[in-house]
Amino acid sequence: MLNSVIPIALGLVTAAVAMSFWRLLSGPSMPDRILALDTLYINAIALLMLLGIHLGSALFFEAALLIALMGFIGTVALCKYLLRGDIIE
Amino acid sequence: MLEYLLSFLILTGATLTFIGSLGLLRLKDFYMRLHGPTKATTLGVGSLLIASALFFSSHNAGISLHEVLITVFLVITAPVSAHLLAKAALHLNLHSFAKMPAKSTKGEDGADDDAMDTQTPEEKSSSSDTHVPRKPV
Repeated sequence: MLNSVIPIALGLVTAAVAMSFWRLLSGPSMPDRILALDTLYINAIALLMLLGIHLGSALFFEAALLIALMGFIGTVALCKYLLRGDIIE
Repeated sequence: MLEYLLSFLILTGATLTFIGSLGLLRLKDFYMRLHGPTKATTLGVGSLLIASALFFSSHNAGISLHEVLITVFLVITAPVSAHLLAKAALHLNLHSFAKMPAKSTKGEDGADDDAMDTQTPEEKSSSSDTHVPRKPV
């Protein structure tokens, strides 16, 4: 059961990555692209979780935690740049 | 029994992640697009993380707590980043499909409201022109 569900879920999340990447390339404004990057790191965390269940290895949590941390910091820095014209004032 | 629960959680999480990115791709407006991925963050990745925690708690000895850490971090940071994105979009005066709210005042106040309405977009655009950095190409 689990072995047949995980490839379907991997396919769905991969399609989500492709759609977010399309929005990242064709976003009409800068906040659209930042939102696409935000969605891309969320999708990367979901992919890592699915791969960890599929391979039965607990090594992917640290990578997922680092991606979550760095992605949030990147989103905040880009938004501050759009808002203030500078990151560290 | 646990396997069925895990399969349900994994399918729910993957479907919600897919729907979130579909909303990001298909919706018309930035403020509408902001709505989709936040659901994918909280519900989709949340249920995937719950499934992962159940799986590793049942297969290994002891309770696996890494996923709780990631869940708490994501739940704390998702509203902050969405708020900052909305602030940046409002600052850049992005086009919105939402209608302006209906005027509540009538009579002689209406003339003042019209005068205000003609002035405010110019002021907003001029102020945003002075503050907003030029978009990097």
